[in-house]
Amino acid sequence: MHEYMKIVVLIKQVPDSTDVKIDPKTNTLKREGVAAVINPFDVYAIEEGIRVKERLGKGSVTVVSMGPPQAMEALRDAVAMGCDDAVLVGDRKFAGSDTWATSYTLSQAMRKIGDYGLIICGKQASDGDTAQVGPGVSTHLNIPQVTYVKKIEHIDDKIARVERMTEEGYEIVEVPLPALITVVKEINEPRLPSLKGKMKSKKIEIPVWNAEILACDDKKIGLDGSPTRVSKVFSPPPREGGRKFTGEPEESAKEVAELLKNIVIAG
Amino acid sequence: MSNEKIQVLIDKCVGCMFCVKVCPFGAISMVNKKATIDTAKCTLCGACAEACKFKAIIINKTSAAKKDFSDYKDVWVFCEQKKNVVQSISYELLGKGRELADKLGVKLCAVALGDGIGAKCDEIFAKGADKIYLVEDPKLKHYLDDPYTEVLTSLVQKYKPEIVLCGASVIGRSLISRVAVKVGAGLTADCTGLDIDPAEKILLQTRPAFGGNIMATIITPNSRPQMSTVRHKVMKELAPQSGRKGEIIRESFPSEMYSSRSRLIDIIEEIEETVNIAEANIIVSGGRGVGSKENFAIVKELAMTLNGAVGASRSVVDAGWMPYSHQVGQTGKTVCPKLYIACGISGQIQHLIGMKSSDVIVAINKDPDAPIFSVATYGIVGDLFKVVPKMTEQFKKILGK
Repeated sequence: MHEYMKIVVLIKQVPDSTDVKIDPKTNTLKREGVAAVINPFDVYAIEEGIRVKERLGKGSVTVVSMGPPQAMEALRDAVAMGCDDAVLVGDRKFAGSDTWATSYTLSQAMRKIGDYGLIICGKQASDGDTAQVGPGVSTHLNIPQVTYVKKIEHIDDKIARVERMTEEGYEIVEVPLPALITVVKEINEPRLPSLKGKMKSKKIEIPVWNAEILACDDKKIGLDGSPTRVSKVFSPPPREGGRKFTGEPEESAKEVAELLKNIVIAG
Repeated sequence: MSNEKIQVLIDKCVGCMFCVKVCPFGAISMVNKKATIDTAKCTLCGACAEACKFKAIIINKTSAAKKDFSDYKDVWVFCEQKKNVVQSISYELLGKGRELADKLGVKLCAVALGDGIGAKCDEIFAKGADKIYLVEDPKLKHYLDDPYTEVLTSLVQKYKPEIVLCGASVIGRSLISRVAVKVGAGLTADCTGLDIDPAEKILLQTRPAFGGNIMATIITPNSRPQMSTVRHKVMKELAPQSGRKGEIIRESFPSEMYSSRSRLIDIIEEIEETVNIAEANIIVSGGRGVGSKENFAIVKELAMTLNGAVGASRSVVDAGWMPYSHQVGQTGKTVCPKLYIACGISGQIQHLIGMKSSDVIVAINKDPDAPIFSVATYGIVGDLFKVVPKMTEQFKKILGK
């Protein structure tokens, strides 16, 4: 470890769910023209990366995303918040990657960056919800991890002491660096981009690292490197019932309570 | 032939545009009445190829030689324990695992790691397991990523299960993707349906994809084990069969296998106001329509009457009326109780994502056009301050309170 801390934040670009509307006829999400944004959980990861650098008074924050060319926009947004540099991991060969292949590819990018002290990810992506890529990257890199971090109590160039959220409360965990952490919403309040940051984000050159640059094993990337396969895609069955009560509120309340009788008795 | 992995066979495409509608990524458009795929947007998810009635879209996979997996047998469930209490999610998985093992004609095995968890073997057998792989050591008392990953990986490599199921809990999600990477296995998160393909004898893993508007069935044809996580309350645990017996296989490993790079310093339990919402059978949630922190009392009273948990929308949490641990939705918790009552929640998509798989949904809102009604089993259009107290009163009568 150097006294200079290299922090890397891994982000994903996802469809903006605040932009998604439900089609009242088909009861499915309308996706046309939906904007793409940084995965909401990753915004906390970016903020925490910048805060760790500020706290230590030294170091750098690199933001990395694996995705199609339009993910460049997400990287620019991260630079506008205060990241020092950005890398797009992109290659047509990566298309069809599942979480196994994605975490392998990102770990290859981490090897190329090298000498990192802390890797930060959001706890999961809002489109896939798997929470598998962060732990996958740490495993490929053979470094320790702490998931669901809600606070970094202490960090220096050798060790971090963090609070990790559990179903019942939290744990305090000490982890030697380099390590990977995934963060939850409670960890911070993300800042808005500064004017200076916005200027920088427009000008910054973002390199694109492909499979060759990353020396990826072709058998471990994209569709061929993904153990899981989609075998069938179908629309979820529509919700049954869907009765609306528009009469006197008290009467409706009584009627619905009666309909729910068996459920509430069973508890 | 192009070296793209996905191709439209122009002579087969009739320009029906069905693929355009099903593409979750908006990657398909019509050029000269034929489907054209924007490869910069395409993720090769396969939704279009599946949907095309004319077999005009094909995805080229490098077909791996069919491997022999005959030495992989049995269905495993990782038994999560905290303070030597087996978590209910593990029993739910044993319930499902029993069904899968019976369809395959193999054994259902539980894997339990801990220090003193051996005392729970009878309970685990009663819930459906035929066999328990037991590893006990003081260093395994509490969950830690490193030793749990090493031990579970070694067991999988030694005994070769064909299926491994694990809860999509904090522990499960941290552990199982590490194991999947180590053994080179496919892992499917948050499955809502698990079944066996009767012909191929492979695991069919169904989960909501792309924000929940499409369901996808995932398979793992070329690697073993086939691994899945499942959330709380999705599968049903079996009624315990007391006296049911099975085989216990004790395993131990050299002590360096139990060592951990990270160190657990303390465990702090925070007592929540009511039940943990992820585990509750009944949830009563309030939204912005409740109006104030004080007004939340009527939501809480209904929840208490039903022995349920209190949920909240994001705006309520942001306003400080309820703590974050109660937030339902995309940035909060995803829940699937038997009954979800939404009071004064308009139903922003972020909220709907977190609760729309509940068995029965009741929505109470003044605005007849509120999106929440699109997912409601029963929708009451009206003032929640009239409806909710009346419901509470009615339920008290029903429950004899």
